[in-house]
Amino acid sequence: MTEPQLDTDVTIDSRGASCPGPLMDLIGKVKTLDPGAVVELQTSTRNSTTDVPEWLDEAGHELLEIEEHDDYWSIYLEVS
Amino acid sequence: MHRIAVVGGGTGGTVLANRLAKELRSEIDAGEVEVRLITDDPDHVYKPTFLYVPFGKKTVDDAKRPIADLLDRRVTLEIDEVAGVDTEAKKLQFADGSLLAYDQLVLATGATLEPEAVPGLAEGGHHFYGPDGAERLRDALAEFTEGHLVLSVVGVPHMCPAAPVEFVLMADAWLRERGLREDVELTYTYPINRAHGLESIADWATDLFEERDINLETFFNVESVDPDAELIETVEGRELDYDLLVAIPPHAGSDFVVDAGLGEDGWVDVDRNTLEATNAEDVYAIGDVADVPTSKAGSVAHYEAGVVADRIASRARGLPPTATFDGKTVCFLEAGMDEATFVEFSYGEEPYVREPSKPLHWAKLGYNESYWLTARGLL
Repeated sequence: MTEPQLDTDVTIDSRGASCPGPLMDLIGKVKTLDPGAVVELQTSTRNSTTDVPEWLDEAGHELLEIEEHDDYWSIYLEVS
Repeated sequence: MHRIAVVGGGTGGTVLANRLAKELRSEIDAGEVEVRLITDDPDHVYKPTFLYVPFGKKTVDDAKRPIADLLDRRVTLEIDEVAGVDTEAKKLQFADGSLLAYDQLVLATGATLEPEAVPGLAEGGHHFYGPDGAERLRDALAEFTEGHLVLSVVGVPHMCPAAPVEFVLMADAWLRERGLREDVELTYTYPINRAHGLESIADWATDLFEERDINLETFFNVESVDPDAELIETVEGRELDYDLLVAIPPHAGSDFVVDAGLGEDGWVDVDRNTLEATNAEDVYAIGDVADVPTSKAGSVAHYEAGVVADRIASRARGLPPTATFDGKTVCFLEAGMDEATFVEFSYGEEPYVREPSKPLHWAKLGYNESYWLTARGLL
């Protein structure tokens, strides 16, 4: 597994939380961040890989990358 | 003397203390074990009662009884406020600075409401998650004859995840009974892309909402409320007008949980099966304050209390604890004013939602009345 090439400003560790915990963690954090901030959301819930991009689209933030690890996913995004 | 301290006098703390008193009665009578319950409220409150207050079906007094009347006589009751816990020294600290040593500690301090976390929400919104809010909402509903009633789930997670769905279905039926439904637009909002965190409940509620002409707004995360303009603004950049706003406010855990290093966000980090704190020895958490991947519901606190009582009793006797919690959750859901359904699930399971019926509604009302037997540890 290669390391991501993104410089992140904030990492949210939601591993172990069940759906919709990771998405709610992300929404709560994004509200406090400035435009341009790059966020890594770590989630072990597979549904997050569909729910989170859908919410980003709804809220107007940019999905940068979804990286799959052995037992979790890193979802990278930029706050608009 | 083996000292067991239980902090919190809600469902979890009360059931646990009574179960311990029963399981360890010989040891307590012999002076070898002490079970002490510490709570800052002399009344035990059964919060599901508040759902019925806005519709005039219950009063806030129906929701409470003196906790002293519910506890086994072997439990030592202390009405006091716990300000901190030193898990290294195994001592509780009270608001006046005094200390209490424990051998095993259970935190059952619940969740608190934080409407002020969202600008304008405290001024602009009603709720039914506490006695004052439920009474204010009852008065507002009594005068509400036309306009837009919005039920908005602002905070997730929150106590009783079924209650917002129940409220809007009950409001629909209640307004129909009073001949007002055609003059009232009803909208339900939820933060994620469906009507509820659990998919089967979301699907069930979505069908009912459509059938009963209740609007559904998803991906709706309230950023602020303008009470003067009666307008909700969301993180997603949307706006919604309301005439009567009923909101599920953000919830918070306890500051002393953060201060004690037991959980960064006020909820205690625990092993989801043993309910033992991740960051401390001989500390358990049950009920809403425990960070486990299931609902913040009274039934969860009840089942967790049984498991922790077994584990603590085993430890007090010098035996290895074996009882574990599998996430069991049981909820009745009102689907109107005279019908209800029922779900039951454990960790990782999707509940099956039964067809709503009158017998299940009566079963829910019957359980509410017999709840006091649950608190005593009898059911």
